Amino acid sequence: MNTLEEEKVLLEGLAREDKECIEKIYREHYTMVQSLVTNNNGTSDDAADIFQELMIVLFEKARSANLELHCQLKTYIYAVSRRLWLKKLTQAQRFTQSDVEYMEQVANVEDDVEMHVKRQNDFTMMEIAMNKIGEPCKSLLEAYYIQKKQMQAIAADFGYTNADNAKTQKYKCLVRLKKLFFAQYKNVE
Amino acid sequence: MEDVLLIDAVERFVNGEMTHQEKIYFEDLRKNNPELDQAVVEQLFFLNELNNFGVTKSFKHSLHEVQNKLANEGFVFSTPVIVKAKLIQMWYKYKKTVAVAASIAGVVSLFIASVVSAVTKKDPTNTTLLVNKVEAVAVKNAQIERKLNKLEANAIAEAKKPMVESKFNGTGFLIDVNNNYIITNAHVAMEAKNQLIVENKKGDQFEAKTVYIDQLRDIAILRIKDKSFKKLSPIPFQIRKSSAFLGEQVYMLGFPKKEIVYGEGYVSARNGHNMDTLFCQLSTTASAGSSGSPVIAKNGDLIGILTSKESNTQGVIYAIKSVNILRAIEEAKKIDDNTSIKITGASVLKGLKREDQIEKMENYVFMIKGN
Repeated sequence: MNTLEEEKVLLEGLAREDKECIEKIYREHYTMVQSLVTNNNGTSDDAADIFQELMIVLFEKARSANLELHCQLKTYIYAVSRRLWLKKLTQAQRFTQSDVEYMEQVANVEDDVEMHVKRQNDFTMMEIAMNKIGEPCKSLLEAYYIQKKQMQAIAADFGYTNADNAKTQKYKCLVRLKKLFFAQYKNVE
Repeated sequence: MEDVLLIDAVERFVNGEMTHQEKIYFEDLRKNNPELDQAVVEQLFFLNELNNFGVTKSFKHSLHEVQNKLANEGFVFSTPVIVKAKLIQMWYKYKKTVAVAASIAGVVSLFIASVVSAVTKKDPTNTTLLVNKVEAVAVKNAQIERKLNKLEANAIAEAKKPMVESKFNGTGFLIDVNNNYIITNAHVAMEAKNQLIVENKKGDQFEAKTVYIDQLRDIAILRIKDKSFKKLSPIPFQIRKSSAFLGEQVYMLGFPKKEIVYGEGYVSARNGHNMDTLFCQLSTTASAGSSGSPVIAKNGDLIGILTSKESNTQGVIYAIKSVNILRAIEEAKKIDDNTSIKITGASVLKGLKREDQIEKMENYVFMIKGN
């Protein structure tokens, strides 16, 4: 297998949440991202955060329809990490002019990062809504929509007399979650 | 209830659970009823969001597992970046030039230094050290109070340890739970001529010994000798290697009185009194006894040691930058008895609410006293 094919297999594994693939990417690329961050006003903690975010970008990319990176994985990782770190520096307003100049542009990842930021926002909003909704709604919705459990099993776990009762309860919870979620959505826009 | 029906319909539509006829009927309904169509689109969008949430959450979980595994192996957090090779190359290349330049620079700086010291007047005391020296009267009061306390304690028939007559008090904090090393200011530790005691927030006292003093950086390293001192769980903060950011919010825990006191403020300048680069300047309040207090940033990093205040101005406080602690420790390690000092902090405080951070942190802050 050549590198490109190998990398494609790696990304496919990532999309399946294969832990071996995750670990492999860590082992091969972590040091590079760490030096990028620590050489540009960051700590090793910052580097760990950035790498984690990078992994999520990569995961989103791997799951999306256009899996093509248009460059080597290494280049892609460097470019995304750089973009993410610059974003963070700008937010914390801790960069000086020179930082930006030294961090040269290597691949066009602007769209992917923007997409990721949007998704990240949505994720946070959903998390907030989920935390606000309270029990048993939270567990109920997570069981159905996230762990993808069958309604019968859920009814048994949560002590509902039958699947239909559980279903009605789930719908009510979903309506509430939706309200909480969209309330924030409107605030943002 | 209508909402519930709609959700049911959309979910069955998405999951392909509708019969062919139902599907045709449903799609027809959407075409003719824009309001319904809008609701369906919204519901589809929401389900998609929920699905993304679930997928990302699950991935984050896997990610954490891998990260923890690698952290345990020491792969993720502790690989310092090596850039030495390039520097050495440059050194060989420019050795001669550097030597010449250095000698010129040396001569010039000597000259300038002599001019400067001849011209400027020395102002040794524009800052006040924040160690609390108990005055004679106070000592007497304390004696009386202590006697009362003692009587009380005896009454409960629980005399633990003889209280130590203290002539000063300051603050310090633990940095190594395995060997019980404590950091405080040199000017605090040096007040102890005979006996040095550290006291935790509950009032339990432990005997300690000064193992290292760095007067230039005003840092002292103490070690708790008492066997009765119970080992604490790992240090919840990390010592930041870089400087604090201007405007960064900070808080302090110290012992200006008999109980632990919380204070907050922000970094108001990057350097200390007279542009002293060992220090940074905080805007907060502090009083005698606060010397040696840990200064913690919002994210839980330790960024300095509270040391002194500007005598003429209110609210201007100086703290030694945290990187100096690391340097002092490196120096202290060169002494035989202290080779085992190890900073074991992990950033447990990061992301916690302030109250929770304090609750964790206060176990590691001690009153330093003695005579």
